[in-house]
Amino acid sequence: MIVRIMGEGQVKLDDAHFTELNKLDDELLAEMESGDVEGFRRTLGALLDAVRRMGTPLPDDALEPSELILPSPDATLGEVREMLSDDGLIPG
Amino acid sequence: MSDGVMKRMGMIFRAKANKALDRAEDPRETLDYSYQKQLELLQKVRRGVADVATSRKRLELQLNQLQGQSAKLEDQGRKALALGREDLAREALTRRSALQQQVTDLETQHQTLQGEEEKLTLAAQRLQAKVDAFRTKKETIKATYTAAQAQTRIGEAFSGISEEMGDVGMAIQRAEDKTAQLQARAGAIDELMASGALDDPSGMAKDDITAELDRLSGGSDVELELQRMKAELSGGSSAGQQAIESGQNGAAQSSPQQDRPRFDKQ
Repeated sequence: MIVRIMGEGQVKLDDAHFTELNKLDDELLAEMESGDVEGFRRTLGALLDAVRRMGTPLPDDALEPSELILPSPDATLGEVREMLSDDGLIPG
Repeated sequence: MSDGVMKRMGMIFRAKANKALDRAEDPRETLDYSYQKQLELLQKVRRGVADVATSRKRLELQLNQLQGQSAKLEDQGRKALALGREDLAREALTRRSALQQQVTDLETQHQTLQGEEEKLTLAAQRLQAKVDAFRTKKETIKATYTAAQAQTRIGEAFSGISEEMGDVGMAIQRAEDKTAQLQARAGAIDELMASGALDDPSGMAKDDITAELDRLSGGSDVELELQRMKAELSGGSSAGQQAIESGQNGAAQSSPQQDRPRFDKQ
């Protein structure tokens, strides 16, 4: 599966890693919903590190659609919350 | 996969990308592109048929040549035997038997090629029929789409409803759906406006005949104006200058030549 880290690029990940990533992803969602800024920052860092560690980076000129997308490492809780709101990432 | 941050962001991106793609895509262009691709494919199949036919003809020439040689060797063997040279006759027959083996091999190849050629010819014919059918369908869809688009534009211009398209798959499916959607929407808008459920913000809804008549009379006004200007220009530069000045001053200060304001249409 191909995962994009916004602002960084794409990595190819083996499906076997998803159990571990899902755990972090669920944690991140919970922290985002409860407004736990510190926890959010920590979990996002851990999730991005795990993706980078387990995945193989795709060349910049590769034209593969990403199945999963992750916020950039410096994204704030508020920004991610806004991205996931009804209006989505690109207005309109 | 749970609906975590990763998945939800991915879904939003995809939805947005589809929407953007859908807006940018003109089904008429997609149809023309598909048709072009089909023509290219047909060309390839036809080239394949020609290649196979050429190979088959080359094999036939080789076969003729080998059969000629084989007959010659048989003749030589017969002559050698008649002269009492059994050794020579044996040699000739041995060579002939090697040639016969080649002939059998070539004949098998020839049969295979012939089969291939028939299959390819049939495929080319079928493809040709499909491409022809697609062309007809494409033109129909394009015409319907253009008409529906125009109809929708007129309806939407009055009602102020913005464009919003659906999401479909293949080129033809996409075009058909869009066309149907546009037609349906044009119909729905008309109905809503007719029923009074949808306000016409312009306050000047007209039926299509009135609109066409307006357009035509607008056109003839332009023609009349043009004729007048031409006449003025040919009548002398001072008259032309006057006409321009009166135009600049507007209808309120009409020149004595004019009985009534010319630019009275909104």
